[in-house]
Amino acid sequence: MVNLSLGHQFSGPTDPAADAHWPDVRERKGFFTDTSICIGCKACEVACKEWNHNPRDGDLELTAMSYDNTVSLGASTWRHVAFVEQDKERIEVARESGRRLVSLGMPSVRRPQDDAPPGPGASADATGTTDGAPTAYGNVDTTPPDTPEFRWLMASDVCKHCTHAGCLDVCPTGALMRTEFGTVVVQDDVCNGCGTCVAGCPFGVVERRSDGTAAPTTREGERKGEQPDVPKRGVAQKCTLCYDRLLDDETPACAKTCPTTSIKFGDHDDLVTDARERVAQLHAQGMTEARLYGANELDGVGGTGALFLLLDEPEVYGLPPDPRVCTADLPEMAKRAAIATGGMLAAAALAFLGGRR
Amino acid sequence: MTTSEFDATRPPEPPGRRRRFGKLARPRKRTPGGRTDGSAEMLMVPEAQFTSYYGKPVVKAPPWGHEVAAYLFLGGVAGGSGLLALGAQLTGRELLRRNARLGAIAAVSLGGVALVRDLGRPERFYNMLRTFKLTSPMSVGSWILTAYSGGAGITAVNEVDRLVGERLPLGPLRPVLRAVEGPAGWEAALFAGPLAAYTAVLLSDTANPTWNAAHKDLPFVFVSSASLAASGLAMVTTPVRETGPARALAVMGVAGDVAAMKYMEGRMDPVAAEPLHHGHPGELLKWAERLAIAGGVGAVVLGRSRVGSALSGLALLGASALTRFGVFEAGIESAKDPRYTIEPQRRRLAERQAAGVTDDSITTAR
Repeated sequence: MVNLSLGHQFSGPTDPAADAHWPDVRERKGFFTDTSICIGCKACEVACKEWNHNPRDGDLELTAMSYDNTVSLGASTWRHVAFVEQDKERIEVARESGRRLVSLGMPSVRRPQDDAPPGPGASADATGTTDGAPTAYGNVDTTPPDTPEFRWLMASDVCKHCTHAGCLDVCPTGALMRTEFGTVVVQDDVCNGCGTCVAGCPFGVVERRSDGTAAPTTREGERKGEQPDVPKRGVAQKCTLCYDRLLDDETPACAKTCPTTSIKFGDHDDLVTDARERVAQLHAQGMTEARLYGANELDGVGGTGALFLLLDEPEVYGLPPDPRVCTADLPEMAKRAAIATGGMLAAAALAFLGGRR
Repeated sequence: MTTSEFDATRPPEPPGRRRRFGKLARPRKRTPGGRTDGSAEMLMVPEAQFTSYYGKPVVKAPPWGHEVAAYLFLGGVAGGSGLLALGAQLTGRELLRRNARLGAIAAVSLGGVALVRDLGRPERFYNMLRTFKLTSPMSVGSWILTAYSGGAGITAVNEVDRLVGERLPLGPLRPVLRAVEGPAGWEAALFAGPLAAYTAVLLSDTANPTWNAAHKDLPFVFVSSASLAASGLAMVTTPVRETGPARALAVMGVAGDVAAMKYMEGRMDPVAAEPLHHGHPGELLKWAERLAIAGGVGAVVLGRSRVGSALSGLALLGASALTRFGVFEAGIESAKDPRYTIEPQRRRLAERQAAGVTDDSITTAR
């Protein structure tokens, strides 16, 4: 489209707030959600709803699929705690996929079973047996053992506040904007609800707020079958990383309320450092399934503002395994569209020149 | 799975409600065909295994109704008509010029109404013109649509005025409008091509699996579809003695449409292309191709008969509408099933890693 020097405006590592020409760029803020210590209490969901006055999503239905009745992020749900129960077989698969990740061009992280003190997880996965393995009896280890039979994965998902945010790039009104903290926020008085951002988000986060039900309920009220008042209807809504609280040097509601510090808030660079330390620590304990999500500024979205420590493949938590900001390919799309336009013009010209006979 | 002595007394679980706690789904069979360059056989990476979060979607489908699909069609009709109108203007085909101009303004007006109706806050539609954003195809498209409508509007007012015997209350504006009529035709034609093509970028510049996977070739499908649709409209509205160029454009449009669609599907990730073949969208696209070919053949064989020309034109209009609705619905479907997001992404990640690129994954061990 434009062959100007765009630097890393479309993809690659960059400072998003500086790219947005903020005169006073603040330190980039973000979350680090360490799912290894999430207990699935959903306090973050509640705190988020309370602080942001987000209305009820849906009609208080139970999903009957797990303890997760929130299901997904959406216009009125800006924190979502995923809940997954896994059996022994699936744990082994997760361990193995994490181990492959460690050995994949990451030479500085050694395979934990090579030299790490044998933790409970390491002994279990090294032998492939669950309990009664001879090695487990050989060492007296007082660490509480990882449950080898099954595990529960709990993870509080949130808007990623991408370095290259597809939602923001494709927004036609400028309603989505980059803040001085490097986060992405919808200005609800500007948004006209075109819905392009919904398609633009590779994580399925932002959504246009309807009245929150599949079939609009007409009765007003707070009980089942009734519809509470829905503010900001018809415009795109998503996590703001509590922009209002940030401006007052306050911690976002979810991080503030998290009882296990699974949700950590802070300067983005510090969080990346903390996340790397934490994953190394887990690897040393033999939890090769631990991995970071969003900490790599070379990934398809230029790294995310909200990082995660996961214990399995991202798609197990409903996260895309290889997201790519759509705008990265926009120059090519524009070029192809220009060629196509030229072809259409040529065809029309040919039609008239040939048709003069 | 924990077992207890009470399991025996537990009622059987209803079918379709089996808990699937993150178990690996069996990788589905790939659709045969598709890639013709042999790259499908060259895959040196393991078969992508598909896991998801209880089958819930990863990306969200845009909240777009069929108004948007209708706009894709109408914008194409308007774009093609803008070019036909200019051609007719330059070659002195008065009826074709008039009908193409009126068709253009009708299509663009209906399309605009459809777009505004689809907004979450229609009363704020003018915010589209609040800024000009090169990274937003919707923003660029809004300006293209506005610019096109300006030229198309001026030419259409002139045509209507002539049609009613200069009885529109134009007053002193009439000579001005007549003076700018020619340039306005050029101006509309200048934005006609972009109007037909930008909607392809609008769909592709998203995280939607099917639309995004089509990003290289969808513009060619859309401009072809626009050409054949506008030609079809001209063949319906205009006597055959003036529609020679429209028929020629229709044939080229059909050839381009069918070829570009096939080429596009062949280059897409086979899983991401699946929604174009399955279910309702697949049915629509199948019929779109049939109608396009019928219309194209009709334009050649029956084009000189008024009835044959009109029937062929209708077939072409139908083909274009079905193409747009088919592509639109395929994208919406592809967002609803996590498989279409996860499998292509896993495959491309594995392909990059097999090729030695190991530093660009979002998932890292440290």
